Amino acid sequence: MAKIHDRLSRRRFLASAAIGVAAAGTGSVARPSVLCAQGAVVKLGLLHPVTGALSYSGQQGRIGATMAVDEINAAGGIKALGGAKIEPILGDAQSTPDGGTAEVEKMNAAEVSCIIGGYGSSICLAVSQAAARYDLPYVVDVGVADSIITRGLKNTFRFGPGFGVIANTALENLTVINDQAGKPAKTVVIVNEDSLFGSGLAKLLNAQLPAKGFQILETIPHPTPTRDFNNVVLKIKAQAPDLVIPANYYNEYVLLARTMQEQHVRPKAIYSVLGGAASSYKFVREFPDAAKYIMDCNHWFNPKSAKAMELKKKVEDKGQFYTYELYMNYTAVTLVADALEHAASADRAKLAAALENSTFSGHIMPYGPTKFVNGQNQGAAPVNTQVLDNDIKAILPAEFANAKVVFPMPA
Amino acid sequence: MLSAPILISAIVNGLLTGSIYALVALGLTLIYGVLHIINFAHGALLSAALFAAFFVYQKAGIDPYLAIFLLAPAFFGLGYALQCLVIGPASRGDERAMLLATLGLAVLIENALLYAFRADTRTIDLPYAFKTVDLAFTFVAVPRLISFAVVFVVALALWLIMTLTDTGKAIRAVAKEKLGAELAGIDVTHIYAMTFGLGTACVAIAACLLIPTYYVNPSAGNAFVLIAFTIVVLGGMGSVPGALIGGLVIGVVESLGGFFFGESLGQAGIFLIFIAVLLIRPRGLFGATA
Repeated sequence: MAKIHDRLSRRRFLASAAIGVAAAGTGSVARPSVLCAQGAVVKLGLLHPVTGALSYSGQQGRIGATMAVDEINAAGGIKALGGAKIEPILGDAQSTPDGGTAEVEKMNAAEVSCIIGGYGSSICLAVSQAAARYDLPYVVDVGVADSIITRGLKNTFRFGPGFGVIANTALENLTVINDQAGKPAKTVVIVNEDSLFGSGLAKLLNAQLPAKGFQILETIPHPTPTRDFNNVVLKIKAQAPDLVIPANYYNEYVLLARTMQEQHVRPKAIYSVLGGAASSYKFVREFPDAAKYIMDCNHWFNPKSAKAMELKKKVEDKGQFYTYELYMNYTAVTLVADALEHAASADRAKLAAALENSTFSGHIMPYGPTKFVNGQNQGAAPVNTQVLDNDIKAILPAEFANAKVVFPMPA
Repeated sequence: MLSAPILISAIVNGLLTGSIYALVALGLTLIYGVLHIINFAHGALLSAALFAAFFVYQKAGIDPYLAIFLLAPAFFGLGYALQCLVIGPASRGDERAMLLATLGLAVLIENALLYAFRADTRTIDLPYAFKTVDLAFTFVAVPRLISFAVVFVVALALWLIMTLTDTGKAIRAVAKEKLGAELAGIDVTHIYAMTFGLGTACVAIAACLLIPTYYVNPSAGNAFVLIAFTIVVLGGMGSVPGALIGGLVIGVVESLGGFFFGESLGQAGIFLIFIAVLLIRPRGLFGATA
C-alpha cells in the first residue's frame, strides 16, 4: 500500500510538473498599447520586446525611440506638416514573432504611418511580413539577419548594417589589426552560443578564418543560459590559443570573461563579433578588469559627432546606459521624421517613397552617405571598439576612431 | 587534449556547482516531502532572494555571506506568511489547487520584479570575488569554496532540525500521515507554514551564496529550478541527504557531460539520469518507501 502511495505521488509530481511547465510558458504579461486622442498628429508605431527574454534590449530601444519623439515634438514637430506632433503608439512584441505580428495588427488599426523597431531578427522577420500586407512602412531598428531585407519586401527599411556586412568587416579588421602588429596571433578558439546567431557566426568563422592565416584550435558551443563557464575556460586553457572569439549574449559573455580572469587565462586578445557585452558600458563599469582590452566589431555611435555625445550625456544623466539599442532606435525615429519632412505627408505610400530616396545626413551614426537599395542602407557599417582606460573607444575605421588599438594585450 | 588535471578540474568544478544546486533542491524537496506540492514559485523566490542579496549589498554594504543571517530569517518569515496567508487559504486543502497557487505566485513575483527592477542584469563586484586558491592543476574561486562549505553546514543543520527537534518530528509526522498527525494534536497549518518557511530560507541562503559570482535578473532563478526538480527525483522526494548527494552528482554529471559532449549537450546528461531514475528506481536514491 505504501509503495502504491509512493508511485501515485510520483505520477502526480510529474503530471503537476507538466501542467506547470506548460502554464509557465504563457506566463508573460502583455502591456496594452497606448492609444491617445486625435489631433494634428502623425502616428508612429514603436514596437519593442519590452517583456520576455529580450526585455532589457527592448526597453532600451523604447527609451531611445521615445527620446527622439520627445525631442522632435519639443522642436516643433514635423514642419512640412504644419508642425504636426508625432504621436507614439507603443507596442510590446513580448520577445516573440507572434507578439510582434499581433502588435502590427493593432498598430495598423490605430492608423500609424510607419512602424519602427523589432530588435530581434526573428521578430523583425515576422513584423516586416505582417506590415507588408498593409503596405505599412517598417523601419528595422537593430535586427541584423540578412534575410530581413533580402526577401524583396517593398515596405521594409534598415538603416543599420546587416550580419553579412558586420561579419566581413570584422574579419577584415581582425586581419588588419594582426598584420599591423606583426602577425602575433595565429591560433583561435571560438566560444559560441548554440542558437542561430552564435552557431551561424561560428560556421562563418570556421569557413573564413583559415584562409586569412588563422588556425582554429577548437570551437566550443554552449547553450543560453549557461550558468557556469569553468569547463569552457578549462578547454581554452588546455589549447592556449592566441585569440579567443566569443559569440554569445550579455550574461554569458560576462560570465565567460569573469571566469577567464579567475582562471588566469590571458590570450593575446579577446575579439568578438557583435559581442554580447564587449561594447557595453555596463560591463566595463562593473568589471573593469575582466573587460580590459576586449575588442569588438559591433554597432556603435559616431564618437566624433557632437549630437551623439550630447545624447550620450542626456542618457547617462538619466541614469541609463548608452547602449546600441538606444541610439539605433533614436536614429531610426529621426530617419522617419526626416522622411516625413521630405514626403510632406503622413500617407504610407508617400512615406515609403521618401524613405527609399532618403539621403538622411547629420545623424549620430558613423555611416557613409545614406542610400537605400532594396531597403538596405548602403552606407551602414559597424565599428571596431576596444575597452581602454575604463572606457570604450572606437579603433576602426580610422575616420571615426578616437583611440589607437592595443594589441597584443599587455601581460 | 584530455589530461588528468583537466579531468579533475572538471570534477571539482562540478562538485562546486552541484553544491548550489543541492541547496536549491533542499528547499524544494522539503516542501514536496511535507506539502506534497511542487512549489513552482521556487524559481521566482530565488530571483527575489537574489535581488534582496543584491540590494542589501548595494544599499547597505552588507557582505552577502553576512546577509545570510538577515535574509534567511526574513525569507523564512516570507515563506511562512505565503503559505499561511496565500497558498493555504487559496487552495482549501486541495493539493492541485496548491500547485496552481504556487504557479500564480511565480508569475506574480516574476512580473513584479520585472516591473520594479526591469529586465536589466545586475552583478556585484566584491573585493574578493576574483581571489582564487591555486590547487596546482586549477584555480578555484574563494567564493565558490565558501559556498561549498556553507551548503554542507546548512544541510547538516536541516538534518538536525528534522531529526532532533519537536518541530522536525512534527514535520516528518505530517509528511507521513497528515490525518494521524492532526489527531495527535499537531497543528498542521502551522507545520505546513514552517516547512514552506524553511524551504524558502534555503532559497535565500542559496541566493546569498550565488550573488558573489553570478548575476541577477527577474528570471535568473529559473535556471536552477529545473535542475533542482531533477535532483529531487534523483535523491528521493523529501530526503535531505538525497538532495545533497543528488545535487553533487548532478553537478558532476553536468560538468563532465559538458566537457566530453560539449556544453550544449551537457544538460542532456541530467535529463537522461532523470528518465533513468524514473524507469529503474522511481523512489530515488534515498526516497522513503513509506
